[in-house]
Amino acid sequence: MSKTVSINVEHITRVEGHGNIVVRVRDDKLETCHFEVVEAPRFFEAMLKGRSWYEAAIITSRICGICSIGHQMTSLKATETALKIPVSEQTVLFRKLLVDGSILSSHLLHVLFLAAPDVLGVPSAFALMDSNPHAVELALKTKRLANDLCDAVGGRMIHPITCVPGGFTDLPTPEVLRDLKTRYEKEMLPMLFEVADILESVAENFPDFTRETEFISLGDASEYPFYDGRIASTDGETYPVDEYLSVTNETIVDHSTAKHTHNKRASYMVGALARLNNNFDKLTDTAKQVAARFGLAAVNHNPFMNNVAQLVECVHCAQTVIGRIDDLLQRGIEPEKPPREWKGKPGRGVGSTEVPRGILFHDYTYDATGRIVKANCVIPTNQNFANVDLDMQAFVPEMLQRGMDDNAMQFNLEMLVRAYDPCISCSVHMVKVD
Amino acid sequence: MTAKKVRVGFFDFTGCEGCQLAKVSMENELPQILEHIEIVNFREAMSEKSWDMDVAFIEGSITTPACVERINRIRQAAPILVTLGACSTIGGINAIRVGRDLDEIRQEVYGDKRYLFPSLPVMPVSAVVKVDASIYGCPPNPKDVARFLTQFLAGKIPQAPKYPVCIECKLQGNACLLVQGIPCMGVVTRAGCGAWCPSKGQFCYGCRGLIPDANLDALRISFEECGLSQQEIDNKLHLFSGRELEKLS
Ligand code: SF4
Ligand code: SF4
Ligand code: SF4
Repeated sequence: MSKTVSINVEHITRVEGHGNIVVRVRDDKLETCHFEVVEAPRFFEAMLKGRSWYEAAIITSRICGICSIGHQMTSLKATETALKIPVSEQTVLFRKLLVDGSILSSHLLHVLFLAAPDVLGVPSAFALMDSNPHAVELALKTKRLANDLCDAVGGRMIHPITCVPGGFTDLPTPEVLRDLKTRYEKEMLPMLFEVADILESVAENFPDFTRETEFISLGDASEYPFYDGRIASTDGETYPVDEYLSVTNETIVDHSTAKHTHNKRASYMVGALARLNNNFDKLTDTAKQVAARFGLAAVNHNPFMNNVAQLVECVHCAQTVIGRIDDLLQRGIEPEKPPREWKGKPGRGVGSTEVPRGILFHDYTYDATGRIVKANCVIPTNQNFANVDLDMQAFVPEMLQRGMDDNAMQFNLEMLVRAYDPCISCSVHMVKVD
Repeated sequence: MTAKKVRVGFFDFTGCEGCQLAKVSMENELPQILEHIEIVNFREAMSEKSWDMDVAFIEGSITTPACVERINRIRQAAPILVTLGACSTIGGINAIRVGRDLDEIRQEVYGDKRYLFPSLPVMPVSAVVKVDASIYGCPPNPKDVARFLTQFLAGKIPQAPKYPVCIECKLQGNACLLVQGIPCMGVVTRAGCGAWCPSKGQFCYGCRGLIPDANLDALRISFEECGLSQQEIDNKLHLFSGRELEKLS
């Protein structure tokens, strides 16, 4: 008997922003299968044109609330590289601490509120309150701790205040840092282990699906790279960040207001799983042990494991938070005096950091007055869309073969899209102005 | 107290979702408030007849023909409509004057596929439908949101302050940045955030929009004294308040 399937999920829930899943199978033939992005486009690169060096991070922060710390870091790095603004070791340490907090905050929100309902078999985070109140309590408490760290360093978690080119306008006191450290040791880590227990108990609910693909992230750094590094690929090569265009290759597709990307293969994946696949040996031992409980090791080609990779990164970051605070306290905290004026030569700078959802690039060209003449941002979610489409195109026939009905298929496809943790608002940033 | 809970709908237009996130990060402020409200989740596909709510909160700017249609439907269903955040209240960062034609930008971005994805010049919600009250800020300040909700639940339609951030800044006892030659917009910016940025050593960049009767000429003079060019001053004013300035001119 030949099979005809029609799945149409408008505005898939529990992802950031608006996207649709469209699948048509007629007489066993897969006719259409893609993820449509229907978020209204926003023209950030055009908005940056003519703006001053001290405004770029304020503007690009607003590309995405959840990734605002990552956008600011990337933007500041691009500006500092372009204009040769020096940054102290202390600034870098505080930025890394802030990034750890933002990774924790975003991952915890995704794993516990957006993805967990699927594996725990409930329709929403609201329903979790009845079925797994302890999971909700863990989510709220760990997220609060992550937010408190971001508030302390950045002034606030959404669109931080204190991060400016060349340093910080304000820093937390040693007392605040000591208190955070204690709470990360005594509360954060034990709670994360509990989260691991909960997920492990339902690990078999992560669908078994693999499709070989390329994973791209920062890599080749002295530590697990969220803030520094070269572009690394599981296909073996590394590239300097200012050659990102040869890796991202953005193209326009009809079904999406967001652009797609590909490197040497038809698509690649970015995000926690990509970072882990490229940098597994740089994880802390405890984080590696958590990965082992889920059979997660590099290179893993199951996109659903992205959720587990996020949890592993949470454990890693909670530990690096403790280490970095120790480091800062030992060095003693100096007040910073970031420059209020800039005089120098025009130039171009590419900044790249890992934001929760994957590798991010900002590329600015400045004129002699310190104003932007050209800007380009390549956002992680965009880099994943082509890979999501190809996963769906491989997964649908597999599910048909396993004899799944439309409902089960739809459930799995939504779960697949959510596993990528897409941030659709980010992705409709628009490209290249010169 | 077991009064009937207020049914609240949140609707999200074009923005960064930071306002949404600000809400879920308010758990410290919210427990008491949550007792009195019921958040209703609307499937967009449902007809407006089943949209039974007491108040609609709108986040994000109006940027496409589809947004216009949707905001009209929501306004029809909601007895009270409140904008939350700079994007929906004043147009916000989306409305940065890019100095060029929208069509030209779309051409650059999408080439000959530019008409595939219709867009409009960015508008605050009030440009399309009547707005009953607004919560300012990008992002909104949790304390300000809590103040708004508390007054709202007491039956008032809360009003935002009409005085500048400077007043709050002085109350905090901050050393003034402008006096040190740092171009701070607190003088012309609507208060309510508790002088969030100057309290952290950063200039106010005007995310809550302009106060009524803002003395922009005086601001220009002090910014010139800080060493800013006319272009830089214009840029600063147009960071969040582009649409408000259009109304003034
Ligand atoms: S007002 Fe600011 S925080 Fe809120 S959606 Fe708009 S850009 Fe984001
Ligand atoms: S620092 Fe800014 S907000 Fe504070 S008093 Fe000075 S001008 Fe006003
Ligand atoms: S100080 Fe100014 S920029 Fe900062 S939150 Fe308040 S109004 Fe917005």
